Amino acid sequence: MSRPIRVLVAKPGRDGHDRGAKVVAAALRDAGMEVIYTGLHQTPEMIVEAALQEDVDVIGLSVHSGAHLPLFRRVIELVNEKGLQNTVLVGGGIIPSDDVRALESEGIGKIFGPGTPTAELADWIRTAVTTRREDA
Amino acid sequence: MGTPGHDSDLLQPLLDGDRRALARSLTLVESRGPGFRNLLRGIAPRLGRAHRVGVTGAPGVGKSSLVAALVATARNNGMSIAVLAVDPTSPFTGGALLGDRVRMTDHVGDEGVFVRSMASRGALGGLSTATGDALDVLDAAGFDLILTETVGAGQVDVEVAHESETTLVLFAPGAGDAIQAMKSGLMEVADLWVVNKADDVRAEKVRADLVGSLSLHEPPDDLEERVVLTSAKDGSGVGDLLEKLCARRAELESSGARGDLARGRIRRRLTAAARDLVSERLLGSAADSLIDAVVTGERSVHDAAEDILRTDDGGRS
Repeated sequence: MSRPIRVLVAKPGRDGHDRGAKVVAAALRDAGMEVIYTGLHQTPEMIVEAALQEDVDVIGLSVHSGAHLPLFRRVIELVNEKGLQNTVLVGGGIIPSDDVRALESEGIGKIFGPGTPTAELADWIRTAVTTRREDA
Repeated sequence: MGTPGHDSDLLQPLLDGDRRALARSLTLVESRGPGFRNLLRGIAPRLGRAHRVGVTGAPGVGKSSLVAALVATARNNGMSIAVLAVDPTSPFTGGALLGDRVRMTDHVGDEGVFVRSMASRGALGGLSTATGDALDVLDAAGFDLILTETVGAGQVDVEVAHESETTLVLFAPGAGDAIQAMKSGLMEVADLWVVNKADDVRAEKVRADLVGSLSLHEPPDDLEERVVLTSAKDGSGVGDLLEKLCARRAELESSGARGDLARGRIRRRLTAAARDLVSERLLGSAADSLIDAVVTGERSVHDAAEDILRTDDGGRS
């Protein structure tokens, strides 16, 4: 029996726009995943510590403040520091395409822009996690 | 500390307090993954240290908030504390939204706190099937206090009391006549009754009603003592509650009741584990010959059931 995919959905930084994160959390729950929702105003330290304790397969980050570059980079750094390299990182929010390319080359598996169908997100995560688990 | 590569390497780092090993051990026992029995065998000699406290009550009475307040208070008193927060799995999709962490995001970098969310994964009664094993893992990791927070519980969701040494049942003002509704289920399993949201003016009335209702069947002498007013919001009463938890732990220890509780808990889990093993046998083709025997009228269902237990190979021969 394969265990359910566990996803941490987190809002790093100071912006209060959590609608997107909640839509994603509900959609992934409905796709059969176990979603741990941590709420607003999380530091990268809080997020990665939660990911470690919850032993999640995926960390999903949502940022609408414009501070995505330093926040995502700090999360990548901490994930590596804590030995959680096997965790799939995904992001969402209002993120310019240059930054998307940069972050995807630095360790974020994929960044999903506004208007992404949630089914596409769930499918991408399922494929990515299955691959990681086989490699592990 | 290096990251353990395989699940078989989890035992020693878990016992040494490695948090990643603890997290992965919880996943292993929760998913019944390869080697989970070995891990549980390995930690068996190390159990019995933690005080296992269950926190239950109807949805919205403030379980998560009170647990968060208890974590902060326990830390101030130098106790290490783990939280196992159970939320419901959807019976339709198998998915779950685990939201208890929202109220427990402090304490980053504090090695004395560990919070794990757990989906109920189809189990009834307010917990998950693997809760008992997960509590053992947390116990072996060396925490002083383990709080198990149930899903928002209904009248007969008393499973938490079987897994706990001390059970807190929470109430809050504005929850209608929850006291009446819970009279014959959860009410009976409480060691301490907690009226949360004491910052609400109606809380005192809830407390008085609760004491009145409990006095019908509980010994009156220490009843007032066993009903505690707390406010997770302003922290009042939480220190008092923690003191009562510690006093109860000491009393269980000195009276020998703690050993009896452990034996009762083990008896139930043994029953469940044995039932799981029998079910496993019956899932496969092993039971076919027994089914044939019942179909042809050679054996009764009850005879066949006894045959399953009597043979080592589950009736395959």
